[in-house]
Amino acid sequence: MPDIKITPLGAGQDVGRSCILLSMGGKNIMLDCGMHMGYNDERRFPDFTYIVPEGPITSQIDCVIISHFHLDHCGALPYMSEMIGYTGPIYMTHPTKAIAPILLEDMRKVVVERKGESNFFTSQMIKDCIKKVTAVTLHQSVMVDNELEIKAYYAGHVLGAAMFWIRVGSQSVVYTGDYNMTPDRHLGAAWIDKCRPDLLITESTYATTIRDSKRCRERDFLKKVHECVEKGGKVLIPVFALGRAQELCILLETYWERMNLKYPVYFALGLTEKANNYYKMFITWTNQKIRKTFVQRNMFDFKHIKPFDKTYIENPGAMVVFATPGMLHAGLSLNIFKKWAPYEQNMVIMPGFCVQGTVGHKILNGAKKVEFENRQVVEVKMAVEYMSFSAHADAKGIMQLIQYCEPKNVLLVHGEAQKMEFLKDKIEKEFKINCYMPANGETTIINTPTKVPVDVSLRLLKAEAVRYNALPPDPKRRRVVNGMLCVKDNRLSLLDIDEVCDEIGINRHVIRFTSTVRFDDTGSAVKTAEKLKALLAEKLEGWTITISEANISVESVLIKVEGEDNTKSIYVSWTNQDEDLGSYILGLLQSVVQGS
Amino acid sequence: MKLYCLSSDASKPCFVLSFRELLIMLDCGLSAHSVLNFLPLPPVPSTRLASLPNYTPPHVNDPLLEGELKECCGRVFVDSIPEFCPPLDKVVDFSQLDVILISNYTCMMALPFITEDTGFKGQVYATEPTLQIGRFYLEELAEWVSGAGGSGNAGAAKRWKEMLHVLPSPLALAARPRSWRRLFSPASVARALSRVRVVGYDERVDIYGALDATAVSSGFCLGSANWVLRSAREKVAYVSGSSTLTTHPRPINQAALRGADLLILAALTQTPAHNPDHMLGDLCVHATVTLRGGGCVLCPVYPSGVLYDLLECLSAHLDGAGLQHVPMYVVSPVADSSLAYSNILAEWVSVGKQAKVYLPEEPFPHAALARAGRLRHAKHLHDDAFSAEFRQPCVVFCGHPSLRFGAAVHLVELWANNPAHAIIFTEPDFPHTEALAPFQPLSMKAFHCPIDTSLNYSQASKLVRELRPKELALPDQYAPPPAHHQHTAPRAHITTEVPTVVVRRGAARTCGVRRRSARAHLPASLAAAAAARAAPAPTPATTARPSPAATPAPALRLAPLTASLALRDNRLDLLPPPPLPAAGTSTADAETARVHWGALDVESFVLALAREGITEARVEGDIVHLPRHDTLVQIERHATHVFCEGRADVRQALRRALAACLPHV
Repeated sequence: MPDIKITPLGAGQDVGRSCILLSMGGKNIMLDCGMHMGYNDERRFPDFTYIVPEGPITSQIDCVIISHFHLDHCGALPYMSEMIGYTGPIYMTHPTKAIAPILLEDMRKVVVERKGESNFFTSQMIKDCIKKVTAVTLHQSVMVDNELEIKAYYAGHVLGAAMFWIRVGSQSVVYTGDYNMTPDRHLGAAWIDKCRPDLLITESTYATTIRDSKRCRERDFLKKVHECVEKGGKVLIPVFALGRAQELCILLETYWERMNLKYPVYFALGLTEKANNYYKMFITWTNQKIRKTFVQRNMFDFKHIKPFDKTYIENPGAMVVFATPGMLHAGLSLNIFKKWAPYEQNMVIMPGFCVQGTVGHKILNGAKKVEFENRQVVEVKMAVEYMSFSAHADAKGIMQLIQYCEPKNVLLVHGEAQKMEFLKDKIEKEFKINCYMPANGETTIINTPTKVPVDVSLRLLKAEAVRYNALPPDPKRRRVVNGMLCVKDNRLSLLDIDEVCDEIGINRHVIRFTSTVRFDDTGSAVKTAEKLKALLAEKLEGWTITISEANISVESVLIKVEGEDNTKSIYVSWTNQDEDLGSYILGLLQSVVQGS
Repeated sequence: MKLYCLSSDASKPCFVLSFRELLIMLDCGLSAHSVLNFLPLPPVPSTRLASLPNYTPPHVNDPLLEGELKECCGRVFVDSIPEFCPPLDKVVDFSQLDVILISNYTCMMALPFITEDTGFKGQVYATEPTLQIGRFYLEELAEWVSGAGGSGNAGAAKRWKEMLHVLPSPLALAARPRSWRRLFSPASVARALSRVRVVGYDERVDIYGALDATAVSSGFCLGSANWVLRSAREKVAYVSGSSTLTTHPRPINQAALRGADLLILAALTQTPAHNPDHMLGDLCVHATVTLRGGGCVLCPVYPSGVLYDLLECLSAHLDGAGLQHVPMYVVSPVADSSLAYSNILAEWVSVGKQAKVYLPEEPFPHAALARAGRLRHAKHLHDDAFSAEFRQPCVVFCGHPSLRFGAAVHLVELWANNPAHAIIFTEPDFPHTEALAPFQPLSMKAFHCPIDTSLNYSQASKLVRELRPKELALPDQYAPPPAHHQHTAPRAHITTEVPTVVVRRGAARTCGVRRRSARAHLPASLAAAAAARAAPAPTPATTARPSPAATPAPALRLAPLTASLALRDNRLDLLPPPPLPAAGTSTADAETARVHWGALDVESFVLALAREGITEARVEGDIVHLPRHDTLVQIERHATHVFCEGRADVRQALRRALAACLPHV
């Protein structure tokens, strides 16, 4: 089956609810199982009925792979495993397995307890779901079954984020999840080797952005925060509990230390300490610098950043607050936003991407009034700043990754359609490979050339090496083997013809043809032979032609010139298996004779 | 395939395997037994050691030997910086090595000897914990020995090496002391370690395209690995430092080792007579008794490994014995890093410890012990902070287990005369009586509780039976004693039915399978074209004339194939052969037979020619003459030679006729 089929159930020309179905070599793999933050109805989960309208889903899916712990990549997993009833294998990295249940539980609380929804998964379901997960380490090659192999690469996006290489038979696919090609304050850059997959499925959140240098962005961020608090304003930074938050904390902490600032900085979550503990446990997943210095100083022990209490919302004076969740769609960050939005001196900094439908998305698009479910309208007078701190690869990074792993095809997901269009063009022009961008529910079929493994007998190879004087391979010169392909018990092997004869106990019958061409030419036979050699070399470029006195051999076809007078006899001799070459040379010589 | 053995110490192995034109070094263990012949290097000057009497062999008057040897309680020691016994460097040229695969951090101490200043250009592979903890071991060693000025060769005692024959035992029995070397400098440790590439368990590492190397968990210590080398057809498993016991590391992965063509077994337990569990129990008892009596306990240990288990067990035991107040100290230049690192290697510990990380809690209890103030660590004994808080009675863990350098030397000197104190040996690398010899006479109690979790001989024999390799390679220490030695005391050895190759230091043995084929890849188009041509292979019985209808479908099918070879990164590809410049003339011909078998029957050949419209054939003995076409066909038993005057149509007719008479593909 040389086709690879990809159907995004989410993240096709869209951000949020990543869920991509991949089938190759008779295996069906689900890449990520996320939920959409912008919806409150059934649209927040991928449409699992696409896979199988009804009945058990387990038999249709060979494994589920989760790239990282963000809810738009793992949010629907408990729903799938506990409510739809998927019981097959689930793979993710150790940090993802540790952190994902915490974020899932956080989200569940917001949805069920604040919004009062029923028909949602329970705490126990999250626990049961995570129990079924197989944790993998980086670069470990995991055999899901006899034919399906997966391997994780470092992706840098958040703690434990991974790209996955998936192989069935001779076909392979790389799925990047979200990744970051530039190291930041606590994570390293994504890395992959030259694995030359048939298909690279990459995110394209920042398909058209080429972000300015990291330092500029950081300086900009610090300047804005500093200016605001100097004027007595309050700064709200909506973040997700793990990931970007830690990087911004490290940034603010060092700035506060250096500038000797006294304005309070709060991190609003009981999770802080726990989150930092996870970073400590999985320090091997952070960047080089933190790993080197962690024995002396733990970067995640913050001096200036204190836990937040709800009563502080009404406190007067300047402050900086990190609050979850990151897209202002629910929870504490939204509560604080409602209170602080109507005042001009305040500021909200959105450090990451916001999904359509969230409050964050609305205010970033310049909404001056935001309406809520209970008809509450909030005027937005505070400054709204967007800083792309979310650790996705930009256009340059995506191109870099393609260069690293040299895929034969590229497929874009997790981005907006127009931006994808632009990047698709760029990829196709620059790398001369096909690029696809299916929408949700649309299937892309990619045809891949297959290769058949063959065992070549060493005797054949050694004879070949001797024939070419064991010269290093030269792409301009052809090196040809003549052998017998044997099929036995579904295994292919290429043997020397005599070897085959020996093996099955029969004798070969060699048929040889010799023809004579008469040629009028003065001079010695050797001279004539040299002339002929020059002619053959011109016509048969790349073939091995040797000459010794009046004998020329073109691979295994022999040419011999005889006679010292003006008429020479040219003998051309070849065995039956060289009929093509032999008759070609004979024809060539005959035409030369007639022409002269 | 050839296996070279470069180490005389089977528990510090060093092999070189030549496999598919690659030279692969398996481990590079450093035998440290030689240091026992030297006087200890005290971290602070010791008057007792300095005042030991000189030793001169009887009837020898050699001024060069002056001051090289000292005597202590009837034993003679070399008064010089200790020297080590690195792997043999004469058998294999280290600059020709392609890769070094390291199984665990106890088997890599000779790395700088192999990679530095030898022209080594290859790759070194090890797991992350092996690299980190190996770094601690090497740095600790280098700091102690080189810190005492021991990396150069100036002032080294060497005259005694010429006089072995007049020296008393055990010095007289020292093995090849001239090849002993002083330790490397910290700088060369850093350079050697910078060559190491980190791999994870079950990661397939491509070795120059020729084979895959995979590290699989061996259950012995953090990050310890067995290596599986696999090419398209062959499989070699290198099992070194493995354990089937349940301790803190990830359990052994046996499935990956099964069915190898060659299994190389090394680094079994050094104390087969001692059960590690019982020894751990004994240690706890001895420690409790000593502490109750007001004495201190000294454990000479390495800075990682069993130390973690000791801390966990002993602290729990002391709690139970009402000795919670007794402090535990770890003294080593790398103590802080070692203790901190062990708690971030979550992916390398046993499932039970891993579960803690998800809470999130540290996998080992020593972080909690440190927070509670029960466990302290210091770089040196003379650290101010450490001296200030040092309380007795206490338990001190420090190196080096040989008692020739490191903080342990000072503590033994300090406590030697007090019978209330105790020293408990847990590391199996050195015989404890020899380690203590330069400190005699000794009043403090000495206990020997070696904890070596590696496979013992019966476990190893059982493992070999289960893994079913086609061949087994063993260092000679593990092999059954040769027949003519049977009157000597029987010693423990591996018993197995598997064909076994025994290697000893300096020897090279051929082993493993003989390679007969290489793996190549054929594009589907070429394979399909070949498949279309494939014909059943003739059997000797039916050579005369194929009768496809009568014979059942044979198992073997044949198709002639011409392809061009492309070799890139050691990977072989068969590509379609380049076409002839004027391809048009002979394409139809591809359908006809290429390779023929059997003998040609002249009569049926003439008939076949007639069917092709050539009727004037004249048979003259073995020669068929076609005068009108100016063609001669010379027929022999296994060959037919056609002399024809170049008319393509005649030649094709001849070929068809021949094909009709001979079995072919």
